[in-house]
Amino acid sequence: MIRQRRVVTDMPDILKRIFAVSAILSFVLFVSAILGMSMGSSNRGWGPFFSAVLDPGHTDPTLSVIIWQIRFPRVILAALVGATLSLAGLVFQALLRNPLAEPYILGISGGAAIGAIIGILAGLSRFPGVGLLAFAGGMGTLFLVLSIASGNAISKRETLLLSGVMVNAFCSAVIMLLISISMNTKLHSIMFWLMGDLASADTGQAFYLALMVIPCFVLIFALSHKMNILLMGSEMARSLGVNVSVVTMLLLCVSSFMVSVTVCQCGLIAFVGLVIPHLLRLALGPDHRVLVPASILGGGAYLIICDLLARIVPQQGEMPAGVITAMIGAPVFIFLLKRSRT
Amino acid sequence: MNAAIKVSRLYYAYRDTRVLDSVSFSVSPGNCFVIIGPNGSGKTTLMKVLAGLFSAKQGSVEILGKDISGYPKKALARKIAYVPQQPVGDLPFLVEDIVLFGRAPHLGMFGLESKKDYDLARMAMSFTEVEHLAGRRMDQLSGGEQQRVFLARAVCQDPEIILLDEPTASLDIAHQMRVMDLMEKMKIEKNITVVMVSHDINLAAMYADTLLLLHHGKALCCGPPEDVLTYERLEAVYGCPLLVDKSPLGGLPRISTVPGRYIDDSRDTILNGRIKNAGTENRAC
Repeated sequence: MIRQRRVVTDMPDILKRIFAVSAILSFVLFVSAILGMSMGSSNRGWGPFFSAVLDPGHTDPTLSVIIWQIRFPRVILAALVGATLSLAGLVFQALLRNPLAEPYILGISGGAAIGAIIGILAGLSRFPGVGLLAFAGGMGTLFLVLSIASGNAISKRETLLLSGVMVNAFCSAVIMLLISISMNTKLHSIMFWLMGDLASADTGQAFYLALMVIPCFVLIFALSHKMNILLMGSEMARSLGVNVSVVTMLLLCVSSFMVSVTVCQCGLIAFVGLVIPHLLRLALGPDHRVLVPASILGGGAYLIICDLLARIVPQQGEMPAGVITAMIGAPVFIFLLKRSRT
Repeated sequence: MNAAIKVSRLYYAYRDTRVLDSVSFSVSPGNCFVIIGPNGSGKTTLMKVLAGLFSAKQGSVEILGKDISGYPKKALARKIAYVPQQPVGDLPFLVEDIVLFGRAPHLGMFGLESKKDYDLARMAMSFTEVEHLAGRRMDQLSGGEQQRVFLARAVCQDPEIILLDEPTASLDIAHQMRVMDLMEKMKIEKNITVVMVSHDINLAAMYADTLLLLHHGKALCCGPPEDVLTYERLEAVYGCPLLVDKSPLGGLPRISTVPGRYIDDSRDTILNGRIKNAGTENRAC
């Protein structure tokens, strides 16, 4: 059966697809953001929410503060972090030809966390000090995992995953060691941060994070067609004029960088990069020019919702968003692992 | 007229293992140039050097009158399309997507195809008769169909030279002929220079304008099939007794293998009485 390509306008089909998918997922993201801003522990219903948003002069100032100074930055942060993690998952899955690759599973998040904790304990400022150490940690673990699994990294997906899991276990041990030998009184907050916490958000931090990750998004989108070609194998890609080693290194570094800065901001949030790219690939097919914007928007919406659940599910207080993503993501991982064996 | 490809004194080695040793030849534009030789003689390595995947350790490779190292990667990919021997399996893409990848070296920074690229892909698909498969996934196709899809991708790349590494391997005879006829159609209709590796000497003899016989990394002989294919030379290279006679189709050399090494006494009689291809044995190469 021939798929008809009817030309309605002169716009190429691929652009139409990118715009259509982005429009739909932008709407999903927008709805998630509205939900994230309107609901929470002090829930007052829709009426006061809309009047607070649309008519700031005539409302309860407390609600206005809750919405604009607590929930809004939190929603923005969740969107940025979700977008970053899901996009990074997509990139690693394409480069390593492994549907189970993901920044947390590959140990990048763990390595970045070690770097970040060392930075925090050394009393460095969040940017650039802690950020750079986290980036170094993330890159370090990435290359450790790749070199452990090298030789058969591409052909044997289990080797790569096992290396990642082991490096991750080691990272967790180092993190616990660092926390236990330090005399830091903020132990509870570090533990909370480790589990992936978005509560620390303020508008300034969200802005800084956006400043760092959005250029990464653009760069990855620019390389998305090359990611498609890389799936054809590196020799084929090279014979089609792709500079494989440069593109691969660039994508690995940029992805590790953006994951590291999000880890600095909100700790370890697992499996976002597994669930979202996989769902999107099922729905939209393998073209990364569509999947890159879709992962950014979809990942953002997903983490906003996960964070919302983390805020409203507990009877008292709240829990880290990472708990929700792990509770959803780990079963999905197991499902994918079983399916890829058969 | 300039040679499409000119290789002089090419030397290539993997670490300490010499693979290609002082290989020189040139390929005329619009020709079909077939590289034959036993396993391990360096055919695939030579193809990869020509495709720009490996760079020569010594010697030079000129593509269309310009040294291969002088081309930026994308510019080279607009001149040469390469169809490797074993494409990566497990491709998630549809046939039309894979053919469209051939446009990659012609696209801008973001790799977005225009309407013209879709049209070219469709033309390439109809050229290799895979248009009806456009919406299918690669893993749903037979070996012969897959090979035609990869040929369509190469045509869609709109190159001046196409490199094919054993395009007929593991195909049945009907599909072998179909691929080879397509290759000839590319040569004639699109004036593309075709360089291919083949294990099938008879197919090579049928379609090649020029044959290159590689042995232990050396270019043993290069010329028209009737000059290159003598039984003395082939026996020396392949190390097995062969019969070379003329094919009833146009008098091209025809190579037959002779069975029965361990059993058949009559084999010696066959070999001793073999038809010698008149007068070509002593022709220098």
